[in-house]
Formats: sequence, C-alpha cells, structure tokens
Amino acid sequence: MWLFFHKLASPKYFYYLAGKLIPWLGALCLSTLLVGLYLGLVVAPPDYQQGESYRIMFVHVPAAWMSLFIYVLMALLSGINLIWNIKLADVMAGSSAAIGASFTFLALATGSLWGKPMWGAWWVWDARLTSELILLFLYLGYIALVSAIEDRRTAARAGGVLILVGVVNIPIIHYSVEWWNTLHQGPTVTKFDKPSIHLSMLLPLLVMAAAFKLYYLTVVLMRARVEVLDRERRSAWVQQLFGRSG
Amino acid sequence: MSGLTGAFHALLKRDLVLAFRHRGELANPLLFFLMIVTLYPLGVSPEVELLRRIAPGVIWIAALLAALFSLENLFRTDFEDGALEQMLLSAHPLAVLVLAKVLAHWLVSGLPMLFLAPLLALLLAMPERAIVALVLTLGLGTPLLSLIGAIGVALTVGLRRGGVLLTLLVMPLYIPVLIFATNAVTAAAAGMPVSGQIYFLAALLVLALTLAPAAIAAALRISVS
Repeated sequence: MWLFFHKLASPKYFYYLAGKLIPWLGALCLSTLLVGLYLGLVVAPPDYQQGESYRIMFVHVPAAWMSLFIYVLMALLSGINLIWNIKLADVMAGSSAAIGASFTFLALATGSLWGKPMWGAWWVWDARLTSELILLFLYLGYIALVSAIEDRRTAARAGGVLILVGVVNIPIIHYSVEWWNTLHQGPTVTKFDKPSIHLSMLLPLLVMAAAFKLYYLTVVLMRARVEVLDRERRSAWVQQLFGRSG
Repeated sequence: MSGLTGAFHALLKRDLVLAFRHRGELANPLLFFLMIVTLYPLGVSPEVELLRRIAPGVIWIAALLAALFSLENLFRTDFEDGALEQMLLSAHPLAVLVLAKVLAHWLVSGLPMLFLAPLLALLLAMPERAIVALVLTLGLGTPLLSLIGAIGVALTVGLRRGGVLLTLLVMPLYIPVLIFATNAVTAAAAGMPVSGQIYFLAALLVLALTLAPAAIAAALRISVS
C-alpha cells in the first residue's frame, strides 16, 4: 500500500500511469456525458412551472458542485504539499486551478442564461450567485499569484497558503453573503425544492455530475502530465523519452 | 518569556520610530481615504438624501482601499534591507514578531482613520447615531483588514509588481468585513440595534488574531526562502 503511494509520487511512474488512464477515463466521460444528456434533454419531462428552460440545470448544478469540489480538493492537495512536501500534490493542485475556474465560470454563465427567462434579468444579486462570483475571484487570485512567481516550487507553496486561507474563508464569505442578502430583501424567487425533485430529473442530474467528475479527472491528468514533463525536462527519463541524450 | 515580550516591544518600537521618521508618508493613506470619499458626491450626486443612504458603504469601501494601499509596504523595506531575514532566523516564533509589525502598522495607518471617519460622516450627512457605530465598526474592522491583508503582502513581498496582485488576492477575503460593518452602520442609522453585527466583527477579529499570524509567518518563509 505505502509502496504504491511512494511509486505514485514519483513523476516518471505517474507520467506512464496517467498516460494509460487518460483514454479510459476520456471514453467513460464521453459515454456518461451522452447518457446524461439524453436522459436530461429527451427523457426527463418538462417542469410544470418552468417548462423546458429548467433543463439547463443539468449543466448548471453539476458545474456549481464541481467548482466547490475542486477548490476543496486543491486545499487538500496544497495541505499535503505543505506538510509532506510531495511534488505531485502541487502539480495536481496547480493543474486543477484553471479547470475549477472554468467550472465556476460555466456555473455563472448557465445561471445567468437561466435567470433571464426566469427572473427577467441576466444578473441578480442573489446570495448564491454572489458567493459563486466571489469563488471565481478566489480562483483567479490563485492563478494570478502562481503565474506571477517564477520559481515553480515557491509558486506552488505560496499558492497553497492562499488556498488554505481561502478555504477557511469560504464558509464565512458564504454565510455573510447569505445573511447580507436576506437582510436586504426577502427571497422573492422560489428555488428548486431539493428533496422533492422527481427521480426522472434526479437521475440525469447525477449522471451528469459523474460525467463532469470524469471530465475533470481526464483533463487534470492531461494537464498534470504536461506539467510533469515540463518540470522534469532536465531529468534523464524525459530526455530519453524524446530521444535526446544529455 | 521576557525575551519574547522584549522582542515584541523592541520590534513594535522600531516600526513606530521608523514610521514617525517618515511623517510625510503617514498622511498619504489618510489623504487617499478623504479623496475617495470626496469623489462620490462629485461622481454620483450631491443630493443629501442619497448621500446619507450610501454613506456607510462609501466610507467603508474607501477605508478598505486605503488600508490595502498602505499595507503594500508593510514588509517591503525590511525585505530589501535584509531585516526580514534576520527576523526569520531569530529564535523567537515568527508569528509573534509578525504580529508586532502588523500592530505597529495598524497604529500608524488604521487608528488615524478612526479619527478622520466622523468628519467624513458629516461630509456625507450621516445621522449622529450612526457615527458611533461607524467608529466602532472601524475600530474592530481595520485591524481585521490589516491582519488579512498582511497575509497577501507576505505572499507577494518577493515580487517586483505586487500591488495589483495584492488587491486581487485580498479583496475577496475582505467581503465579510465589509458586509457586517456597513450593515451595522446602516442599521444604526435606521435606529436599530447593532450588537449582533458588532459581535460578529469581534468574533472575526479574534479568529484572525489567532490564525492570521501563523499564515503570515508561513507565507513569509515561503516568499523569502
């Protein structure tokens, strides 16, 4: 068991393992995505209040889940990197940032598209929307910091501290924003009733969530693989891989 | 123990003396604070009713920006002349030393804002009962801004152009402070009780006082190494 982790943490082994996993994960992602879209767009019945436009939820909700999931995962990886100094953890954290930011943006964009017919406005200062926007700022801050520091290891460690500070702050930000909004205006818009969602709608939602997770795994491994190559470009195995000696 | 408190006091005194040797720079954040507030009546409207309504937000956003810009140089000179490295190497826990620096910084840049704020409140036609709440929230909020901001400064100290980056990193973390503080002032202006918001700010301050020094110390070790 420990031996496996030890091997996994070696860049060379990771590079080959990731290379083997990517096609499988990619194919699995594509098939779940197709099934999820079919269930969501064709099989699921239209909502009795929102008609067809609720279907954007099948993209919106998993994207919003992913945006939080990736941030927490990055915090975990950064913690691992800061404590045990495992290179691969910071490679994974760094590779996740852009994907997390994209999911956050996707959640905001689809939310805004949904909001136009439902609320009659592209943007409403709703508590959830606002905290999602702040999450996007946190992601962008992390990316800006990491790209501003030249030395990769220092950048990863500095970014790790920022992410950990952010993860302590996220609940505070979220609840303060929620509180701010409820004081300013009552909830004028009825939201989805989570527990009462029907199975025919819940199933595609879960399938789509699985597809998004698989997508994240595929892409993060691809990005991490390139990052590993770039960092190890002076090591013997990379030189050998590309047929150059010395 | 006396060694540690001695070091704390020595560092505090040193930073205060350094600040008073550059008295001109001390006034800059305050002028900045004043000028941003002045821009609002010019840019939005001089109408008293409107100004009174937006006043808490205006003053707090100005305070936030002023705190951010004054923070930029918190570790800069020490980093450049090597004093920061000596602090890192010293036998005392870095978190405590860092706390001394943040405290010194707050005394010269945050505290004066508390005295200037009532004046600005009058400029924006804020009712008197809200002014007490404003000063109270600034008293609890500005040290909080200094502590959170110092984490960002510590992360960017080694970079040549850290200014804009610092804003990007720290702004999202300032949002809860802004929300609770402006809400307290608005509530006070409407004659409502504000103890809830004040307690919340106090709780956040305690949380920051316990956690932020450790984060600042960790960030400094990464940036300087």
